[in-house]
Amino acid sequence: MEDNKEMRIGRGSAEGGLAIRAEGLVRQFGDNTAVDGVDLKVAPGEIYGLLGPNGAGKTTTIRIFATLLRPDSGSARVFGHDVVREADTVRGLVSLTGQFASVDEDLTGLENLVLIARLLGHSRKAARARASELLDAFGLTEAADRQVKKYSGGMRRRLDIAASIVVTPDLIFLDEPTAGLDPRSRNQVWDIVRTLAAGGTTVLLTTQYLDEADQLADRIAVIDHGKVIAEGTPGELKASVGSGSLHVRLRVPEQRPEAELVLSQALGISVQLESDPAALSARVSDPERVAHALAELSRSGVAVTDFALGQPSLDEVFLALTGHPAEDDDTITTGEDAA
Amino acid sequence: MTTPTTSAQQIRDDALRSALSSRKRPSRPNALSASLTFGWRALLKIKHVPEQLFDVTAFPIMFTLMFTYLFGGAIAGSTGEYLQFLLPGILVQTVVFITMYTGMGLNTDVTKGVFDRFRSLPVWRPAALVGALLGDVARYTMASTMVVALGLVLGFRPAGGVIGVLLSVALLLVFSFALSWIWTALGLVLRTPNSVMMVSFMVLFPLTFASNIFVDPRTMPSWLEAIVGANPITHLTTAVRGLMAGTVTAGQIGWVLLASAVLVAVFAPLTMYLYGNKK
Repeated sequence: MEDNKEMRIGRGSAEGGLAIRAEGLVRQFGDNTAVDGVDLKVAPGEIYGLLGPNGAGKTTTIRIFATLLRPDSGSARVFGHDVVREADTVRGLVSLTGQFASVDEDLTGLENLVLIARLLGHSRKAARARASELLDAFGLTEAADRQVKKYSGGMRRRLDIAASIVVTPDLIFLDEPTAGLDPRSRNQVWDIVRTLAAGGTTVLLTTQYLDEADQLADRIAVIDHGKVIAEGTPGELKASVGSGSLHVRLRVPEQRPEAELVLSQALGISVQLESDPAALSARVSDPERVAHALAELSRSGVAVTDFALGQPSLDEVFLALTGHPAEDDDTITTGEDAA
Repeated sequence: MTTPTTSAQQIRDDALRSALSSRKRPSRPNALSASLTFGWRALLKIKHVPEQLFDVTAFPIMFTLMFTYLFGGAIAGSTGEYLQFLLPGILVQTVVFITMYTGMGLNTDVTKGVFDRFRSLPVWRPAALVGALLGDVARYTMASTMVVALGLVLGFRPAGGVIGVLLSVALLLVFSFALSWIWTALGLVLRTPNSVMMVSFMVLFPLTFASNIFVDPRTMPSWLEAIVGANPITHLTTAVRGLMAGTVTAGQIGWVLLASAVLVAVFAPLTMYLYGNKK
């Protein structure tokens, strides 16, 4: 797997056949530098995740790629076409699903899709057929004639993505595709994204959740204050942070000193004592050793009521990469990413 | 969420895969077809939100009745005679006033995510705006119909006949379409629909009242008469009145068409520039 991805990147840069190539992108809004020298390479066919907190510059970056904003400096190419000078060509290759519903809430689901299909050049009849096909595929047939404002969040998202694939794009932008969705709708969106990528469409998505980037993305760029501060496969990224935290809770709090000793020996790192007198935790880099450590605990007669191995949170990733916790940066968010 | 739809219907993987399998891209629609599609969207919005027609139905009726009966006796001696003079003018005022909703509507529309999608589609750039304006022309037509119909009921008898009335409305629609480009530019510059309305009002109020809509400018002090004579609304009203009365000259119509062309030539590119660089 890992080798495969490296090869794709290698081939891409050798031939210049990248889906996206950004160099030194800068975009300012007044005094705020929303994007501050972003370099990015996205290979065709991959799912690429932009990970970062609110106001990190993710949306601004995507809007530059989608020809909605011009960069102040730097350049971006989509399949070799400059997003400023060849904006029209780029528009013919990409689709955008914005952070806030990019469908018309006053219109019905069917009308929305027919509208987009007509604008892309389908005949009246073909537009209707395509709209029905998509509504069916996204489980929206029953809601076809209902105004979008009456849709649930998950339905709206699905329609939004459906509108983006009326003509299957070569590159699709999904700006926080699962923000505000319940877990079930989120899983549905994940399935759609995977199916899209399997069909050969390159996906660039933004997210605030490491978990989501981990589930979907072949590669991830972590963005903070308009800069890419880390880039790589989810595996590489996590390896640089540690796999997360092991949390253990004992049946008998008095056994905690013994548990601490056993765990720190088995894991080879120091173990923290939690405020709960029966609980311990440890930052682990190698999940393999966790099983071993737990086995050691049971062998030494320490009874465990529950344990959990948590993914490193975005906070932990940020802490590890930047030395400061991930926080919504209001100075940058104001009016820009939020708009 | 409360509907059974969400739980009953599933995303169908096979259907999705087959929907995605076609990568065929139809050829791009031409400028006219794209604009008409956006015009269709505007009509759909009227269909779904009919309340928005209030301004093109109640407003014209109110205006016509109010000015005819309030001023008719004082200005022309009788309401019946005044109506012959006023109706073409009140038609102009009503429709010209309604054009300002174009800017407000666009201002609201552009802030929604759907405009990002439109702007990222490979279609003729002005189509979204031209289409919205075409939808507005449908609204102007509705308002014109209301005013003319009410006028006929009240006793307005145009000497220009059916043809004269239809041509006068057509000329008014051309001018209003051109004038709307000012409001689209404004709608893209200003932050809120309310500020768009305020500015439009500040412009339209003096423009329509300091004209020959309500009274003959010859009754005014000479300095005001000069201002009124330079007002484009005066020229428009003269042409509309002339068409309805059957006394119009080619020069009067030519002036309005030229003014319309100038408005579009200046404000359409400005609007497109603002549209293309909208954050």
